Amino acid sequence: MNKKSKATRVNRWGYIFLIPFFLTYVIFQIVPLCSTIYNSLFENFRSGLKQIGPNFVGFANFAKLFGTIDFWNYFENTLLMWVGGFIPQIVVSLLLAYWFSDPSLRLKFQQFFKTVIYMPNLIMASAFAMLFFALFADQGPVNSILLSLGLIKEPFKFFASVTASRALIMFMNFMMWFGNTTILLLAGMLGIDTELYEAAEVDGATSGQIFFRITLPILRPILLYVLITSLIGGLQMYDVPQILTNGKGTPAKTTLTVIMYLNQHLTSKNLGMGGALSVTMFIITGVLSIVIFNLNKKKD
Amino acid sequence: MEERKVSKGIPVGTRRVISYIVLIFFALLCLIWFYILLINSTRSHAEMTKGFTPIPSTHFLDNWTNLVNGTIPILNGFINSFIVSGCVALLSAYFSAMTAFAIHAYEFKGKRAAASFILAVMMVPGQVTALGFIQLINRMKMDDTLFPLILPAIAAPITYFYLKQYMEANLPMSLVEAARIDGASEIRIFNSIILPIMRPAMSVQLIFAFVGSWNNYFTPALILHTDKRKTLPVLIAQLRGADWLRFDMGQVYIMIAASIFPVVIVYLVMSKFIVGGISSGAVKG
Amino acid sequence: MKKKVLSVLLSAAMAASILAGCGQAAAPAAPAADAGSDAAEAEAEAEAPAADAEAPAAEAPATGGESGKVLNIAAWNEEFKTRLTDHYPGYEVVDGTHGKIGDVTVNWLITPNENNAYQDRLDEILLGQESAAQDDKLDLFLVEADYALKYVDTEYAASVEGLGISLDETKDQYQYTKDIMTDSNGVLKGVSWQGCPGVMIYQRAVAKEVFGTDEPEEIQKLFADWDKFNESADKLKAKGYLTTASVADTWRVYQNNVTKPFVDGTTIQIDDNIKKWAEDSKDLYDRGCTTTANQWTDDWSKGFYPEGKVFCYFGPAWLINFSMAADQEGSIANKGGWGATEGPQGFFWGGTWICGCEGTDNADLVADIMRKMTMDPEIMKDIVLKDNDFVNNRPVMEGLANDPEYHSAVLGGQNALKMFCAGADKIDMSNLTAYDQGLLGDYQTSMVDWMNGNFSSYDEALEDFYKAAEVRYPELTH
Repeated sequence: MNKKSKATRVNRWGYIFLIPFFLTYVIFQIVPLCSTIYNSLFENFRSGLKQIGPNFVGFANFAKLFGTIDFWNYFENTLLMWVGGFIPQIVVSLLLAYWFSDPSLRLKFQQFFKTVIYMPNLIMASAFAMLFFALFADQGPVNSILLSLGLIKEPFKFFASVTASRALIMFMNFMMWFGNTTILLLAGMLGIDTELYEAAEVDGATSGQIFFRITLPILRPILLYVLITSLIGGLQMYDVPQILTNGKGTPAKTTLTVIMYLNQHLTSKNLGMGGALSVTMFIITGVLSIVIFNLNKKKD
Repeated sequence: MEERKVSKGIPVGTRRVISYIVLIFFALLCLIWFYILLINSTRSHAEMTKGFTPIPSTHFLDNWTNLVNGTIPILNGFINSFIVSGCVALLSAYFSAMTAFAIHAYEFKGKRAAASFILAVMMVPGQVTALGFIQLINRMKMDDTLFPLILPAIAAPITYFYLKQYMEANLPMSLVEAARIDGASEIRIFNSIILPIMRPAMSVQLIFAFVGSWNNYFTPALILHTDKRKTLPVLIAQLRGADWLRFDMGQVYIMIAASIFPVVIVYLVMSKFIVGGISSGAVKG
Repeated sequence: MKKKVLSVLLSAAMAASILAGCGQAAAPAAPAADAGSDAAEAEAEAEAPAADAEAPAAEAPATGGESGKVLNIAAWNEEFKTRLTDHYPGYEVVDGTHGKIGDVTVNWLITPNENNAYQDRLDEILLGQESAAQDDKLDLFLVEADYALKYVDTEYAASVEGLGISLDETKDQYQYTKDIMTDSNGVLKGVSWQGCPGVMIYQRAVAKEVFGTDEPEEIQKLFADWDKFNESADKLKAKGYLTTASVADTWRVYQNNVTKPFVDGTTIQIDDNIKKWAEDSKDLYDRGCTTTANQWTDDWSKGFYPEGKVFCYFGPAWLINFSMAADQEGSIANKGGWGATEGPQGFFWGGTWICGCEGTDNADLVADIMRKMTMDPEIMKDIVLKDNDFVNNRPVMEGLANDPEYHSAVLGGQNALKMFCAGADKIDMSNLTAYDQGLLGDYQTSMVDWMNGNFSSYDEALEDFYKAAEVRYPELTH
């Protein structure tokens, strides 16, 4: 009896140690989430220096958000630029990780290569975007190099072309994340029991078969982890296109992401529309994580 | 054993050459931008208008002096970024370890609910609550201060997740119980026994939290308004719309360089540590 | 299930206490200790400090009488700072963002214009003015024509007369500079030191090479209307020169000659001349006579140097002096290589007004800055002579226009003041709205996208513009 109550007393510390986390989370996440949801039901913006609202309008903000095609356009932009960065990222990462982990290749300077390819991930996205903006400007160094090599006759306007602008953003996303993914996948590959490979070889499997039948299935949890984090990161895509296009999503709003759109509403102090957009994104992110988590569970 | 594999496909020598070529290609792809950045930050604006050359020039210090004496308070930016990132790193590592310890070492009602709650919210992006966050900060009179950037770091689900993984593998409960028998209080146990054991994992998380906060742009851009209180990413973003730099690209390049290279240098010094740390939490997850 | 209920309860208790003690950063710490036990108690505890906090805040604005030690000035660029540094007696530079006048520290709050950032910042400062500490209160802010109206009719801009300046002192200023700053009750809310009639600024060397002359009268004949402008553009193109650095350069010329404002009530309306700008510019761009670079970017300002191969810019005196890199070795302005002529149509661009902030604790100093910078003929003449700006003082400008001694170094010794004076008399700002800065930026962005081939028609680009404009200004429709 005495022993049990002592254990309970000690275990009270579990609650105490949880207080900082939950207190902070409630203040800085839950309360803002609630007021964001609350705001989404009101007309509330500023006209010049005059405040309009808040007037309760029910779901009118949501109706307005989905009533026009704009939101879906920006959602599509976001997904497209994410996919465009993610596919090369996963392909290249798989390849590099496979090579790094292949004992027969015995690659030297592994540490050097890993260090270099991970480096872009640490770079401030805003500085990286500003750098690319300067480098790919009409009169910038990239055009200057291409001109002097005779590859083009006049400066190519990267930021006036839909394809080039989107491709640059995809490329930057790829650059910033492929090193990170390579190292994650490599850790997974190194964890695979080598006996499996040896057994497969004895059975006469080719290296392609080994890769697709053994390596990939075993890597599935890690691949899913990479997919989830990348998708959720992708939906939040903001820094790079925001700075590259100065918040406008030029050309023709084809690089405008959902969060940039949200930022425009926040800048206009349009709390109603901003709230509706935030709630929508909250639901989409939530549903996506649940779907992917369950998918993962079922197959296990 | 290994050599036997080779006989079936492309010879291992060829495969090795191909993989080196591809690796060198990607390494160059990662490095070339920083090279151009470095070169251009040594060149004056007038030199740059004449086109790109791969040879550095002599205006590195001029550009830096112009930048520091200009209207962008770059030195304040550095200080602010250091304060915010340093505090975020310390708070998130310390309190995440505390949270992980609570879940790992104690038995209490609601523990599983608390643990799954943290896991569930790991994926919620901060942007979707930004609107309410700004309102809250305004009500708390913390607008245009560094506090709203620092305090939320106490609740860092991802850091918690990594540290809990590490704790499960490296923290024997017998150690805690031994300390209790010696009469140590729970706080003392956490501070003087648990934290030292967690040091390797915590230092990795310190670095990640520091870098993450150093590079953060979305929230600071919404919270900070006075130039002298801004962090580096917000100041960098201002370059994009700045007619007041009087068109000196030398200053633009040097400012980008100044905000990137400190992180790069720290990284190069500690790279083994960092690259090893990336995978530590995820593999088991 | 029970466990869940408990944790929800725990959260609810915390949330309640936080909401109750909203103003208090420190408040959450108090309920933390007993969060699990009694929510109501925690709530009561948190409320007490919140009530206390209001008392000192209410007292703050009451202090006055003595003048403040800090003069806060909001601006979007360095122009006024340079003017004050060079021409206000007793102004000392401390560092990039600080100065001193006597024992008053001048604090510059500079936010660039791009994407309405300056306006947004100014709004925040003005709306927070009441609760700000005395030395953090804004004392003086600058506005441009594009959004001056947004601030004129508010309580935030102080009456000029209220600062102790009689209207008679402003008699030499151009009337239009006072009309735009007069609110609906007839109260003058701000003054300007400059007039902003615009001219076409062309490169003399290129004019000689392509047209065989660099005389302003001769060049004017070749660019007297838009048809001639287009004809000459082709000749420049043939020799490898761009006519303008960007399609945005001619924007002001078209926009100032509209017959209806951008917004009527809350409805956006597109004047024919604004549509004509888009169509003419697309045509000019398609013929390779200009670019679609944004103003103030590196690509745009390339033409300040001979390597940029740009024939002309459109702008008022402040552009020539302040922005065209006259202090940079190798620039055209540095060598006095520009000339000025009227161009196809008269126009104005910008103009900066000084507004005092209601509730400033440096009223006397603000009034003195207004007097010295915008009404003192000696100082204003000095601004023209040193900086070649066009000042807001009719006798000074007309005197210098007829002064054979006066000439502008940047313009290769030309005295362009007569031209500017004639332009200043024609300025009509009655079609301006409070929305212009945001709208014209968005309109140009959409139209440039059309010129670059990212929209198939003008109407498609126009739809894109409406979208952007209505996100920026939620109250507007089309």
